[in-house]
Amino acid sequence: MIYFDNVSKSYPDGTVALNGVTLSVKQGEFVSIVGHSGAGKTTLVKLLLGEDSATDGSVSFDSVDIQKVKAHDMPELRRRIGIIFQDFRLLPNKTAYENVAFAMEVAGKTEEEIASDVPHVLELVDLSQKMWNFPRQLSGGELQRVAIARAIVNHPDLIIADEPTGNLDPINTYEIVQILKKINDMGTTVILTTHNKGVVEALGKRVITMDHGKIIRDDSTGKYAL
Amino acid sequence: MLWTTIKRIIKAGFVSFWRNGSVSLSAVFVMIVALFMIASTLIITAFLGTALKDLQDKIDINIYVDAKATESAIMDLKKQLETLPEVKTVEYISRERALDEFRSRHENDHRITQALDEIGDNPLPATLTVKAREPSQYEGISNFLLNKSELSAGSAISIVSKVNYNDNKAAIERLSKLIVGVKKLGGIITAVMVGISILITFNTIRLAIFIARDEIGVMRLVGGSKEYIRGPFVVEGILYGLVASFLTLILFYPITYWLKNTTQVFYGGVDLLHYFVANFVQIFLIIVSSGIALGAVSSYLAVRKYLTSK
Ligand SMILES: Nc1ncnc2c1ncn2[C@@H]1O[C@H](COP(=O)(O)OP(=O)(O)O)[C@@H](O)[C@H]1O
Ligand SMILES: [Mg+2]
Repeated sequence: MIYFDNVSKSYPDGTVALNGVTLSVKQGEFVSIVGHSGAGKTTLVKLLLGEDSATDGSVSFDSVDIQKVKAHDMPELRRRIGIIFQDFRLLPNKTAYENVAFAMEVAGKTEEEIASDVPHVLELVDLSQKMWNFPRQLSGGELQRVAIARAIVNHPDLIIADEPTGNLDPINTYEIVQILKKINDMGTTVILTTHNKGVVEALGKRVITMDHGKIIRDDSTGKYAL
Repeated sequence: MLWTTIKRIIKAGFVSFWRNGSVSLSAVFVMIVALFMIASTLIITAFLGTALKDLQDKIDINIYVDAKATESAIMDLKKQLETLPEVKTVEYISRERALDEFRSRHENDHRITQALDEIGDNPLPATLTVKAREPSQYEGISNFLLNKSELSAGSAISIVSKVNYNDNKAAIERLSKLIVGVKKLGGIITAVMVGISILITFNTIRLAIFIARDEIGVMRLVGGSKEYIRGPFVVEGILYGLVASFLTLILFYPITYWLKNTTQVFYGGVDLLHYFVANFVQIFLIIVSSGIALGAVSSYLAVRKYLTSK
């Protein structure tokens, strides 16, 4: 489903963020990418989202070379990927409901679909009570659950969570990881980046370890080797 | 689908305008200043144009006719003058009318009325008042009239005893120059004001959108198309323009009212308030459409900057 073919990325200032990364992820997998800060995890995610382009090599999603996708077709592709960030990135002037609804609006869903699906996913992440709160009225764990609801509402093929638990306490971390696991159990491919040892070991799934822009380990069952 | 999208974009623009209250308020405030500048230069230029035109109308050449000339000879002269292409109107003021007007003008001045009574006879000559189409044409008309000596005695012009243009010549020429100058200056000032207004509005809206740049990035990542992201910002810009133009128009009424007295002192004809009320529809359309255009174009350009990446 996802294929990184000998991908390198250097930023204009000369930083080498990725150095010859080759990696493939199959449909339905749950892959954790671990590594110290600066290892290149976020850069990997950005290339997959087409937010930035590789200096060398190619990145493909469902056999489509992401770097060759035209600007005009990019939104279409992104609607097939749900994205979750460490800093939540909700729209500050929209309520929890509206943040989730926005993802459906841009995907061209009808008002009826929005009215029935949004409350449903918010219930799934246990936020029915706070549907009409603005982001500033929500805690970190709640914000991340809104972000997850937004990421899954369009039934994407892939969920990318870039250090989703980085700003959360252990209890919220546990809950978020459980939700991601549940999503994966329902068939969605999940890519999770983290440097939380506990998370990785509790999951017991495939772990890719990165260091200085290179993949140094790829274990099929959860080991945190740093 | 298209209709749903348009509805969503408009709604999002309104909601954002409302929820970003303080940003909207400052954008509207700046736009009021901008529109006020545009509107007042336009109105003042237009008003000055009318005022100057009225002043222009006050320029004329008075031809004093020989006391001995017959009424029909004067009429001949009048007709002849009217055939000149430069001449707009020729008005005949008979000796009687001249006297009446003179008396009524000086009715409070006892010495003058007394003097007139003592003379008994009407001392005033008949006059023909000539108005040219353009101030610059008076010179030519005056020369034509002063050349009477070269014409045969039978010519209608021979009854002209005095042409007073030369007396006013300096004043008239200065006024013609002033009119042209003020018109040019008005044009330049309007252009500069409009330029400044566009700049400050654009910069304010750019700042408002700069604040929202992270949101634009998030919208992109969630899969929003460029048009769908840009739409609400443009709607918001249009709203700034609409609200600002209505407030500007409301502000204009008391200000022109207050200026009314001032303007009447230096120029007795049309007053600014009257001008504002009489041309309200036109002024309304100019202000509202410049407000909408300013807001929409500024927003469009400002968002574009954050929509360059894929
Ligand atoms: N926009 C950028 N310009 C320059 N260097 C960058 C940029 N983004 C990331 N980097 C650098 O690339 C390397 C990898 O960063 P990143 O992918 O964010 O790592 P991680 O997510 O694993 O912490 C780091 O050294 C970082 O400083
Ligand atoms: Mg990172």
